[in-house]
Amino acid sequence: MALTTLNIQQRIQEKFGESVSAVVDSYGLLEITAPRELNLKVLNFLYDDAALQFQFLTDLTGVHYPSQKGSELAVVYHLHSLKENVRIRFKIFAPIEQPEVYTATGLFSAANWMERETYDFFGILFVGHPNLKRILNVDEMDYFPLRKEFPLEDQTRIDKDDEMFGRGGTIK
Amino acid sequence: MSEQHIKLPEGSIEKTTTTLNLGPTHPATHGVMQNILELDGERIVSADQTIGYIHRAFEKLAERRPLAQITTLTDRLNYCSAPLNNMGWHMTCEKLLGVQTPKRVDYLRVIMMELARIADHLICNSIMGVDAGAYTGFLYVMQFRELIYEIYEEVCGARLTTNMGRIGGFERNFTDKAFQKLEKFLAEYPRALKEFENMFQRNRIFMDRTMGVGGISAARALNYGFTGPNLRAAGVDYDVRVQNPYASYQDFNFIIPVGSTGDCYDRWLVREQEMWQSLSILEQAYQKIQAFKGAEAEVYHADTPAYYLPEKKDVYTKMEALIYHFKIIMGETEIPVGEVYHSIEAGNGELGFYLISDGGRSPYRLHFRRPCFIYYQAYEELVKGSMLSDAIMTMSSLNLIAGEMDA
Repeated sequence: MALTTLNIQQRIQEKFGESVSAVVDSYGLLEITAPRELNLKVLNFLYDDAALQFQFLTDLTGVHYPSQKGSELAVVYHLHSLKENVRIRFKIFAPIEQPEVYTATGLFSAANWMERETYDFFGILFVGHPNLKRILNVDEMDYFPLRKEFPLEDQTRIDKDDEMFGRGGTIK
Repeated sequence: MSEQHIKLPEGSIEKTTTTLNLGPTHPATHGVMQNILELDGERIVSADQTIGYIHRAFEKLAERRPLAQITTLTDRLNYCSAPLNNMGWHMTCEKLLGVQTPKRVDYLRVIMMELARIADHLICNSIMGVDAGAYTGFLYVMQFRELIYEIYEEVCGARLTTNMGRIGGFERNFTDKAFQKLEKFLAEYPRALKEFENMFQRNRIFMDRTMGVGGISAARALNYGFTGPNLRAAGVDYDVRVQNPYASYQDFNFIIPVGSTGDCYDRWLVREQEMWQSLSILEQAYQKIQAFKGAEAEVYHADTPAYYLPEKKDVYTKMEALIYHFKIIMGETEIPVGEVYHSIEAGNGELGFYLISDGGRSPYRLHFRRPCFIYYQAYEELVKGSMLSDAIMTMSSLNLIAGEMDA
């Protein structure tokens, strides 16, 4: 029997009840949202369940929503069940003051560098990661550049005239 | 030099292994990447990869650019097959905007994408020859990549960083000359590819250098997030063109070649076979294009004036085109709020675009799923216990493109 989003929703409802939500987004992809401390439980369930078998981690990244107080940082996993050829998106949110989530490296070797990249750009701390250090940026960097509070231009530079380069303007 | 100036690191006297810095700018690394190898004699004990030397913060840059201007950023990801990235990005935007492209546009895209795939595989396979000591094959096939670049030039005016196409289609129709060049390529390339194959496929030295080197099992490859030829060499027939068809790939007949051991030789063979399949897809696509008659044969973009940048001569002479041009450039067009993930089969694996739109003119967040960033982390596992020369071979067989890895 082919795996449908309805099946997945039911399986998740049965297993986790109300704490984990699974809704279909406007482009037809099932989006699962869970409390951050449940991320490994959900990932493990999706991985092991005989009917689901989401065993391929396509992508892992972070997003910063400064206006969502208490859940500013999101970690987004894209999973693929190759057997059934179904993709899903899995999201967890963490507060920016304590951005700690469990690492998925135990389940997916691929998560290693993806989590390092997410840490590098968003400062999300993956608890239990074997080697959580910066990967694309220099080690000396003391901020997380993809967070929204950092505008595109380097604010420490004084050799450029703001007005000429559109900094601090109102262009959205 | 007196004794006090020599500062040896802790434990370096007792150490029995050698540390070797391979890179960042070593000719055999094909790009700026560094590997710190720990060697016991010539055998590799451990490898520590450093990447990010050409990181250009594309994801951050994209947050300030309107959709159309991000195409130029995608050029610079995998620069060996820029049209693939361009088309992937346009299709992501079309998914977000709900734009349907006509069949002819899809087929034209397939032609450009398959040409780019051939160019990408050709470089990788011939560079593998160079790393095994055979320079001739590389120089010989370069003239055929040149033929592909000439087609790019005819279609979009550029050769390497192509910025090809627009959201909704192409900026102009393909000229007759472009099709003539395609015909020339289709006529001349198979013979050269066969010759190239003859030079390597049963070559004793090449086989000894690549067979059983850098192998990986299907299970490990999947766990490491391998995609593309590297995964198929390990025996998994996962190809985005078949699993999640885009650009009407379902209209074409082609085979997904797979290997069994996932070693360098299998990777080489899979790429080689894929080039033959790409040639077959090209022939099919060209036939389909020729079958369009009358007004249909002139279609080169979707009819979505709100998102498709109008032709410049129309902007100067027609009121509507001028309005739409202004609206698109100034970010006045309606962009839906939503999240899309779209992926294509790029030269070296599944290239994905995760785009979050908050309705503004530029993405709220854009993330590139770069295939070689993800599978390069398996490098240590691939080379552990093998010889130093195998490390070079493994690296070039993975088709690592620094531009894509570092984004």
